[in-house]
Amino acid sequence: MTDTSAPGRDSVTRIMAWVLGALVPGIAAHVWLFGPAILITLALATVTAVAAEAAMLRARGYPLRPFLFDLSAVVTAWLLALSLPPLAPWWLIVTGVLAAIVVAKHLYGGLGQNIFNPAMVGYAVLIVSFPAQMTQWAGPLELTGTSLTLNESATLIFGGELPRARLDAVTMATPLDTLRTGLLQQLTVDETLRQPIFGTLGGVGFEWLAVAFWVGGLILWARRIIGWQVPMAFLAGIVLAAGLLHFADAGRYGSPLFHFFAPSVALAAFFIATDPVSGATTPRGKLIFGFGAGVLTIVIRTWGGFPDGVAFAILLMNLAVPLIDQTTQPRIYGETRTGREPRA
Amino acid sequence: MARELFRFKGGVHPPDHKAESNARPIHAAPIPRQLVIPVRQHIGNPAKPVVDVGDTVRTGQLIAAADGTISAAVHASSSGTVVAVEPRVLPHASGLPDLCIVIDTDGRDEWVERTPLDYRAMPAADLRMKLRDMGLAGLGGAVFPSAVKLDAGPAQICPLLILNGGECEPWITCDDVLMRHHADDIMRGAAIMRHLLGSTEVLVGIEDNKPEALAAMREAAARLEFAVEVVAVPSVYPGGGAKQMIETLTGRQVPSGKLSTDIGIQVFNVGTAHALARAVLHGEPMIERLVTVTGHVLRPQNFRVRIGTPMQTLIDLAGDREGATGVLMGGPMMGLVMPNSHVPVVKATNCILVQSRELFPAPPAALPCIRCTRCADVCPAELQPQELFRFAKAGDFGRAQEYHLFDCIECGCCTYVCPSHIPLVAYYRYGKSEIWAREREKRAADLARERHEFRQFRLEREKVEKAAKLAAKAAAARAQAAQDQARRVAPATDAPATATPDAAAGGTGEADAKKAIIAAALARAQAKKAQSAPKNTGQLSPEQQRAIDEIEARRAKIRELARKPLESETENP
Amino acid sequence: MLTAIGVMVLLAGVIGVALGWSAVRLKVEGNPLAEKIDAILPQTQCGQCGFPGCKPYAEAIARGEADINQCPPGGEDGVKQLAELLGVEPKPLDGEHGVPKPKSVAFIDEQTCIGCTLCIQACPVDAIVGAAKQMHTIIASECTGCELCLPPCPVDCIAMIEIREDLPHWKWRYPQIQLKRVA
Repeated sequence: MTDTSAPGRDSVTRIMAWVLGALVPGIAAHVWLFGPAILITLALATVTAVAAEAAMLRARGYPLRPFLFDLSAVVTAWLLALSLPPLAPWWLIVTGVLAAIVVAKHLYGGLGQNIFNPAMVGYAVLIVSFPAQMTQWAGPLELTGTSLTLNESATLIFGGELPRARLDAVTMATPLDTLRTGLLQQLTVDETLRQPIFGTLGGVGFEWLAVAFWVGGLILWARRIIGWQVPMAFLAGIVLAAGLLHFADAGRYGSPLFHFFAPSVALAAFFIATDPVSGATTPRGKLIFGFGAGVLTIVIRTWGGFPDGVAFAILLMNLAVPLIDQTTQPRIYGETRTGREPRA
Repeated sequence: MARELFRFKGGVHPPDHKAESNARPIHAAPIPRQLVIPVRQHIGNPAKPVVDVGDTVRTGQLIAAADGTISAAVHASSSGTVVAVEPRVLPHASGLPDLCIVIDTDGRDEWVERTPLDYRAMPAADLRMKLRDMGLAGLGGAVFPSAVKLDAGPAQICPLLILNGGECEPWITCDDVLMRHHADDIMRGAAIMRHLLGSTEVLVGIEDNKPEALAAMREAAARLEFAVEVVAVPSVYPGGGAKQMIETLTGRQVPSGKLSTDIGIQVFNVGTAHALARAVLHGEPMIERLVTVTGHVLRPQNFRVRIGTPMQTLIDLAGDREGATGVLMGGPMMGLVMPNSHVPVVKATNCILVQSRELFPAPPAALPCIRCTRCADVCPAELQPQELFRFAKAGDFGRAQEYHLFDCIECGCCTYVCPSHIPLVAYYRYGKSEIWAREREKRAADLARERHEFRQFRLEREKVEKAAKLAAKAAAARAQAAQDQARRVAPATDAPATATPDAAAGGTGEADAKKAIIAAALARAQAKKAQSAPKNTGQLSPEQQRAIDEIEARRAKIRELARKPLESETENP
Repeated sequence: MLTAIGVMVLLAGVIGVALGWSAVRLKVEGNPLAEKIDAILPQTQCGQCGFPGCKPYAEAIARGEADINQCPPGGEDGVKQLAELLGVEPKPLDGEHGVPKPKSVAFIDEQTCIGCTLCIQACPVDAIVGAAKQMHTIIASECTGCELCLPPCPVDCIAMIEIREDLPHWKWRYPQIQLKRVA
């Protein structure tokens, strides 16, 4: 090895650790909002992801060190866990994580080679296969007035049944689902929004979860772990698409504010769409990628058959990445465009 | 006074490690017992040795002459005896040997006669020839022959001259101390450059982490009879790269694939200006330079070193320490690993950086690229290093070139920031030299094809010519024989009465015989030709003509290729 | 029914005319495939493939009369490129036609050379200069290393010298990064 350019202190592990750290406010809000069940989900997802990663590394002949310690598998696990309903049964979590780590990550060549966002592949597999379980959300504490204890959550998650009354007391449809159901029942958005689950900005409590993700995202941006392009473009895509629809028919389409303060949008904007491996790399490409994912999210939410569109929007944009990258190659130093002098 | 500065895109801020070596005064390193002086120290043609083993030489004597325009002469760094002209291991990443002139010094250091040049009175072309023969080459790292750069080209004028005192690479301080202690000589060199280039504006760019050098240069500038603006530029690596310095000072970018002179700017390292002043005003060829010896040594400092001195001599002078793990020539960002510590100091040696485990821990194992684009953010050439890496790694060199691999200046910023610790620059160097090798091979193949096809054509033509000649000869012989025979027959009949019809008959008979003979000869020639013609080529026909046309077309293509410069000049910061 | 048949016939007629016209009009002179193949071949002109030169071999490949693995100087790399160009599976070099050797140039021992010109006649690229009863020498920069001059030499004074890597031809190595465990 004759290359001497000294590497600095940055490392993949450090980047991944920052992403995990930035998720902590969101997790805290989650616990406060839905009870401690998410902690069990996170732990189960982490253990499954690390085990799957180790097994796949071994099977593919790679050393566990340093690959297992780059924390990328943990990040995938956490992002997937945070996208799942808080009281999802254990097999749902394990299936999702295995789909993410084994199929989306390692079968595509491992770290750096996967063309699809692993967490979103896991989510997509689950929502296609188990739509019922994927929409049974725990209701916010503020509305149900009660939440499951850690013990109860564990019992529920690991297959133990809870008394039906108890279960009904803590679960309810998400704001997004409610809106969709309301529209199906020929209610207008306004009428639907008068239901108790909706607060001033988005869903009651859900808006605080979104704010917590925002805090984490801004930390990542301030630490230069992520760039501004993808989150801003994604949010712009959401607001623009939702705004246009709302403007066209306020009775049928929710306000952009409602979408803007959905936790899934905040999580996607700062943590999921910013995945570098499966995202675009050029500055303009990142803008296109983020914007496209934002618009597609609204489109799928509005006309699609599934409760949320984030996962499919991001996977679709993942597909377009090679094309985006190739067509948005930036001007290089001293390159003249159309024969003009370089910038003076 | 405050000049508007421009920020070039990208760059990094590695710890500068300048304080270790820049406080001590410059020491003249003693002349070693043996000097090993390579003939290939600059970009361009290597110099041609003009001394033989056994010759005695004096300090400053020409020992290898410049070969062609882009070349520079090499001189004896001290007096003594030439003991060998042979390949020795060079201070080069390859560790390969190349031709060197080895001199056993006599310790007297007797100079040849030094004649200062009156540069104002000389024609510029003569002065440039003189500089080439005095071995002047850029001391900033690229070692490009200075005489070539001092030619303003057809325009005869280069409005802006920039002296580069950026020295952005960590650890290196030889330009810093040179500016502190020899500011006046540098300015004298600048005056000569200004004269040769016809510049109207002279700027000196110095990074603001060298306040002492800035002060010294400003003082020296104040003493000049022409205006020189000494500008403090922000310390950003690679701000000392020629193109980056131009952008910082003027806001202009050198167009890709062009030279800075194309936009009327020429950049020289301050060390080159100093050497130029020594050469012109004192008649001293380039036989010494300042070298920073730093890193894992007891007393990091700068030495004035004769070219050809073994690096180990300098490391000993600076205080060798236990635990050295290797020697770099240059800094940690762009430096080259030396094959051993005994290779000689050459004109390019700005720094000898001794490595140790504490200062330069082995980089962690490289992980796959996660396409985080931190490299693209810091790339001063504004490239997409992650894509270049992907293509170079996969051996897709065509695509790498499409993505402007040859605009990479190998500054190492990408490697510095890569969270996966991928040695990116190593891949770019690999890609570049692989492309060069392939182009060389392609040219060789084209040459061979052309020569082979021409040979085929020549053989064919020769055969046809020969056959025709033989046929003609044979026909002539037959005709002669027929005539003889006819003459023999005619007297035998000897009857005037029957002469007419007979003659008539004989005449037609003779004509028939002649025709038959010629036809037979032609047939023979044809058969011979068919026999001898190679089966893989046709007869002289449209195909033949097309082959010739093809050869011509290919020749034109090759000429085109040869005209295109293979490699754009890259200036090391 | 009749309309359908009519449309089909009409369509067939129109397309047929268009194809016929373009076949005549856009006829490509020469054999572009052979040219492309020739561009990949190393132009050693050594004849190891069994054809008298690179171009005849290229033409034979283009006609489908020769396999792509008969060129030892091109090496496995060359076979791969040919396979890629022709859209076929690459295959190992055919040992019958020789094995790849390091790149070399011929060198005439001028002490032994008797000036017979036999090697000059054998050289496919005219890289040997000399005349009858005059010493011959090889223009190294034009020698392709085909070895065709070796057999005709009556005094065996030609040797092949491997081209050693020197400074101007040195290449940066592929950076070795061990991601996978060995074995």
